[in-house]
Amino acid sequence: MNMDTIDQVAIKQETAEKAGSAPAIAVENLHKSFGSQKVLDGVTLAMKRGETLAVLGRSGTGKSVLLRLIIGLEKPDSGSVRIHGQDIAGLALDQLADIRKKMGFLFQHAALYDSLTVGQNVAFPLQHHKKQMSESERSDRVTTLLAEVGLKEDDFQKMPSDISGGMQKRVGLARALALEPDILLLDEPTAGLDPISAGEIDDLVLKLQAEHHMASIVVTHDLHSAKTIADRLALLDNGKVLIDGSFEELQKSDIEFVKEFLKHS
Amino acid sequence: MVSSFLGLINHFLEWFGDLGIFFWRVVRAAVTPPFEFHELFRQLDEIGSKSLPLVALAGAATGVVLSLEARYSLTRFGAKSLLPAAIVFSVIHETGPIITGLVVSGRVGAGIGAELASMKVTEQIDAIEASAVNPYRLLAATRILACILMLPLLTLAADACGVLMGWVTQALSEPQSLHQFINAGFNGADFNDFLPPTFKTAVFGLIIGTVACFQGMRTKGGAAGVGRAATSSVVLSSLFVILADVVLVKIILIFFP
Repeated sequence: MNMDTIDQVAIKQETAEKAGSAPAIAVENLHKSFGSQKVLDGVTLAMKRGETLAVLGRSGTGKSVLLRLIIGLEKPDSGSVRIHGQDIAGLALDQLADIRKKMGFLFQHAALYDSLTVGQNVAFPLQHHKKQMSESERSDRVTTLLAEVGLKEDDFQKMPSDISGGMQKRVGLARALALEPDILLLDEPTAGLDPISAGEIDDLVLKLQAEHHMASIVVTHDLHSAKTIADRLALLDNGKVLIDGSFEELQKSDIEFVKEFLKHS
Repeated sequence: MVSSFLGLINHFLEWFGDLGIFFWRVVRAAVTPPFEFHELFRQLDEIGSKSLPLVALAGAATGVVLSLEARYSLTRFGAKSLLPAAIVFSVIHETGPIITGLVVSGRVGAGIGAELASMKVTEQIDAIEASAVNPYRLLAATRILACILMLPLLTLAADACGVLMGWVTQALSEPQSLHQFINAGFNGADFNDFLPPTFKTAVFGLIIGTVACFQGMRTKGGAAGVGRAATSSVVLSSLFVILADVVLVKIILIFFP
């Protein structure tokens, strides 16, 4: 073994050790502006695997931007986003890909590929990243994932435009889970859904969380939903985290905005 | 007045800068694995096979018009015997390639621009990226490469239809066999008359694909943004195809006199 190889092994071991002890997601002093509009102003959050954090706040307070920064769809102006100890700022697309394979993202409007069927949407990440899978193995995996989110086999051949908003979110969730991520980011999973569908999505997220033991961040306006699915709640206002704690801690808070938010939720 | 002019210059330079960055990302994605062969073949069909009827029709119409116009002009100057050569040379040298470039920039430019813009505003491109797939490789590189590969082939089809319909139009006025027409038309022609004008359309393909993908993938706003992307894809790619044609004709005349 030459010196280079020994060094590489040492670096890999160090990285692995860091990853083992590091939080699944660590956001530190994150700043982000769009033009003159400051969206995030020094956000700091950390999460470990198995934990669910609900990010609450008024519209336009940067909740969705926070998720986009965590998965690298936006670049921060300053601050860092570490996934399993690795800072993702400055990584090129292909370098980010290895980190994103361990992350699932449910978009607010599901963002299903409208030229693909429901089944093909869920198979998309598998086709690109599990090339060793045979056609039948992939098909079985898609069936399992769609069954897990409560879809019937009749729905697999439907186009996204032919299914309801609630079903689209379920398909989006199945797609997000396809690569067995250990981090799940959910952007308004219950927005625009009737109370029954919203409740079903909440139950589904709880079930998936129990089964897959992921670190999840749920951005939502819905305090009831947040209370149901999250271990911790963080309230954002003016680009800052006002409070980060359990629902009981939120209730006990003396911060005026927190009281106001709870009163109107 | 001066500030608005400077603003326009600034916007123009910014657009070219962004286009350069976009193109660099696409090239880098295109030459590194994994290669998206499945999507490339789908785009070859979408851009090539599905444009064929329109390109063939445009080529045929050009052949008819050229035959009618050239017949009238050449008869006036007593050079009617040059009619087949006039049709063949003008179709192969210029009208076939430029008509193909403009027809494809209309059909394919609008299609790519609108499709990618719609994917952008509905976050489908973000979803591709979030799935750890490089959208520059999957969406842009495949479409641009398909345009580069298909334009010369579509040009051949337009040339063939143009020459054929030129003969049909000529034969309707004055009976002449296709064999005679082709012999007279290609008399004295060599590969330099044929290959450079055909292969210059690969550059048209590069322009159409790049501009349409760029305009589509940088779209902002909802339905209005999609409309703007489709329109600007067609307008800009047509404009750049015409400008590139001027430069390429000059280069071809220098290197293949």
